[in-house]
Amino acid sequence: MKILVPISKVPDTTSKIAFVDNNTKFSTDNVQFIMNPTDEWYALTKALELKEAQGGEVVVIHAGLADSEQVIRKALAIGADSAFRIDMDPTDAYAISVEIANHAKTGGYDLVITGKETIDYNSFEVGGMVAELLDWNAVALVSKLDIAGGKATATRDIEGGTETVEFSLPAVICATKDLAAARIPNMKGIMASRTKPLTVLAATGADKLTSIASYQTPEKAKECKYVSVDNVAELVRLLHEEAKVI
Amino acid sequence: MRQDLYQHHDYYLIDDLLTPEHKLIRETVRSYVKEKLSPIIEDYAQRAEFPKHIVKELGEIGAFGPSLPAEYGCGGLDEISYGIIMQELERCDSGIRSTASVQGSLVMYPIYKYGSEEQRKKYLPKLAKGELFGCFGLTEPNHGSNPAGMETNFKDKGDHYLLNGAKMWISNSPLADIAVVWAKNEQGKIRGLIVERGMEGFTTPTTHGKWSLRASITGELVFDNVKVPKENLLPNVEGLKGPLGCLSTARYGIAWGAIGAALDCYDTALRYAKERVQFGRPLAGFQLQQKKLAEMITEITKAQLLVWRLGTLKNEGKATPAQISMAKRNSCEIALNIARESRQILGGMGITGEYPIMRHLMNLETVITYEGTHDIHLLITGQDITGINAFQ
Ligand SMILES: Cc1cc2nc3c(=O)[nH]c(=O)nc-3n(C[C@H](O)[C@H](O)[C@H](O)COP(=O)(O)OP(=O)(O)OC[C@H]3O[C@@H](n4cnc5c(N)ncnc54)[C@H](O)[C@@H]3O)c2cc1C
Repeated sequence: MKILVPISKVPDTTSKIAFVDNNTKFSTDNVQFIMNPTDEWYALTKALELKEAQGGEVVVIHAGLADSEQVIRKALAIGADSAFRIDMDPTDAYAISVEIANHAKTGGYDLVITGKETIDYNSFEVGGMVAELLDWNAVALVSKLDIAGGKATATRDIEGGTETVEFSLPAVICATKDLAAARIPNMKGIMASRTKPLTVLAATGADKLTSIASYQTPEKAKECKYVSVDNVAELVRLLHEEAKVI
Repeated sequence: MRQDLYQHHDYYLIDDLLTPEHKLIRETVRSYVKEKLSPIIEDYAQRAEFPKHIVKELGEIGAFGPSLPAEYGCGGLDEISYGIIMQELERCDSGIRSTASVQGSLVMYPIYKYGSEEQRKKYLPKLAKGELFGCFGLTEPNHGSNPAGMETNFKDKGDHYLLNGAKMWISNSPLADIAVVWAKNEQGKIRGLIVERGMEGFTTPTTHGKWSLRASITGELVFDNVKVPKENLLPNVEGLKGPLGCLSTARYGIAWGAIGAALDCYDTALRYAKERVQFGRPLAGFQLQQKKLAEMITEITKAQLLVWRLGTLKNEGKATPAQISMAKRNSCEIALNIARESRQILGGMGITGEYPIMRHLMNLETVITYEGTHDIHLLITGQDITGINAFQ
């Protein structure tokens, strides 16, 4: 089985988030970038588990600029066999999806596994768009996946519970928690990643359908108000008049 | 202990001097530390217990002998990578780093450097994986800073060697499967022997009551007419340069490692000083506290540059033992000073196990002592620049 795992690069959650140029640009100064956690912890590792159980090949693809190499190398160090980088500034989900779908179409893949969303923009778009562009089956929020004899069975999260679906391959699935166990690379994997192929592809230049108008940081969390346990009336008043939730 | 919120401090953008691979290695070890070690270290240190299970884990991530060749199951990485791994481990605890230093630099390195091909093949892959655990016996009850005076000795009995003597202050010894032991032969020449657990007459009593390096296990090695097979002699070295070669490798790791402890203390103190309010303002707003913090990051930055340069020299095969000695001494000294100052910034909180500083502070008293005391390293630099031996 040949599996494609799109991976993206996101700011580490401990990074200080700041915007520049009149709040139109995210400032990357002193920001540490990491592989998007759901891509790394669930999508890539599920692909590796499938490969280890059934044989095959795991390829990662990343839309981004040359400074993303560390993230791609990490995926190779964790165990992917090869990598592609589409040389582009990844600002628009549609443009990224077109590039990934173009590659997936001709690459002979059985399965594409994306993370459910990136932790920076949380837009939850690429998996679905790639499936649509390829006209493949798509299952989102997958927390369990079995594949046997070309048939796939997935458990996916739905409102208030889970749903089990059967579908045929090729397909695109979006991975969420519990799909696989996260792995930390080791020094041997890091060494091995040196010689694994990383091919840079020119972007085909798909249209960007969105652009960022401006960013805004959320309002600072308000200070906690403490109300004594025997003063329920005051608590009710605050919830009603100040918090306006009841 | 509180959640490990550590963030790297790189005031002079030294990261620009590192390769993406170096940064990936750092991220890897840091994730391992945050996930597996930070949550347990304080508890083990308080109970003065070594977390045995980490030997396998350290083997799995590749922290044992990372710069030795891949053909023996090791990492095949460069010296800066080795330094980074030691720094990230010591950022957690000097005892954890010591475990890795001993296994990699003091057990695997001599087997690789001075051992036969059979010895390398027999021991290195298992040591790299953490399936075998090793220790290094040089220090004796009567010979610490002056190992040349050692009394442990062996006699050639035809089909085996007969080993007698005792070593003390030996990291890992009570749990070790093998010990690289330095002893004198009948001609009074220092040679290295691989002694295995189970050999008759070989015991490893534990040293109790340490206030430092409590999460690392220390003990003795006692040899009472131990028959050591002849094939366990390290064939390719004779004299003090054998153990000193190992010490140079380990000292290099300590030079990087101790900065990790300093960084963790600084990081903790900086965060605390910004959050803790006294007299209506954060501690970080008082000049006296700023002086401490400013001096800390200055010393850390200088030390980071020193070890980076040393790593580059070591990669080129040009680092001298005296240069390594200087960096070991400097890193230990600044780390200990930073631990003391940062502990004060935390006031009473600084002495609790809620924060890592007091543990680092106590650990660093060992780190500034073993692998050559601060004084001994001053004498090494002194001799190097004056040409005059002031040891005796
Ligand atoms: C926790 C721990 C783990 C250790 N692990 C190991 C291990 O795994 N393997 C191993 O072989 N050893 C190990 N050691 C031993 C360590 O290397 C020695 O403690 C160290 O070399 C100092 O020797 P000493 O304790 O005998 O002190 P001494 O040599 O007695 O020194 C005492 C003091 O005298 C000073 N001094 C000595 N000579 C001179 C001189 N010529 N001029 C001026 N001052 C001098 C020293 O600087 C020191 O301040 C460990 C020690 C500790 C504490």
